[in-house]
Amino acid sequence: METIKLVYPVEGGDLIEAGEASSQMKLTLKKLGLPQDVIRRASICMYEGEINMVIHADGGEATVEVDMDQIVIRMTDHGPGIPDVEQAMKEGFSTAGPAARELGFGAGMGLPNMKRYSDELHVETQLGKGTTVTVRIRIPQ
Amino acid sequence: MRLSQIKDILDATVLWGEEHLDLEVLSACGSDFMSDVLAFVKNQALLLTGLVNPQVVRTADMVDMKCIIFVRGKVPGADILALAQTRGIVVMTSPKRMYEACGLLYTNGLRGNCDGDN
Repeated sequence: METIKLVYPVEGGDLIEAGEASSQMKLTLKKLGLPQDVIRRASICMYEGEINMVIHADGGEATVEVDMDQIVIRMTDHGPGIPDVEQAMKEGFSTAGPAARELGFGAGMGLPNMKRYSDELHVETQLGKGTTVTVRIRIPQ
Repeated sequence: MRLSQIKDILDATVLWGEEHLDLEVLSACGSDFMSDVLAFVKNQALLLTGLVNPQVVRTADMVDMKCIIFVRGKVPGADILALAQTRGIVVMTSPKRMYEACGLLYTNGLRGNCDGDN
């Protein structure tokens, strides 16, 4: 299989509609015939990332690269950046506001869940410039 | 446990997916925190929640849940039901409170089997 590259813009501002990019990616991964477990792990990572981008950064862009061995999801925003990544990785730590909490998010599980379901998680962040979160999910052969 | 049994145990009303009540679920999760739900991954699972918004359906879809039951008699709007329909997720509403609904299903044999607890 050649590397397939998918690009999904993530609209900012509308938390109620957030998740559409993740749904689209999930459908595409299903069409590619990948194992259910792999699709689910990728979908959860993408969805948490998408929600984070909408809550904290007024949207951004997700690129997904799929080949025989792995799925790499790279989520980039131009938001405020993460002041303390180590703290953000702790379950239960959240800076999300009431609007996110009303929808069932902001429990401080976003990045921890992305770590839980990926084989590799990488966070690059610069205060005032933005954040790129990259997750790698291996496809068992 | 079949969805039809769950419907009876919880005195629930089916809002979408009456024709899928013979589906079987093997575990359940009760939460109003969607990230907690995402931390819970099991095949053929059921979600009980008191939260009513489209993200409940999107969350359930991400983890391949078969059915969502809104507790305390909450009834989602047409937009939420339409979204569930596109994802093939059965939707019910039960007059039971969350604690009671979870307890009834648990004592009838439907366990959590939650990976997140491991």
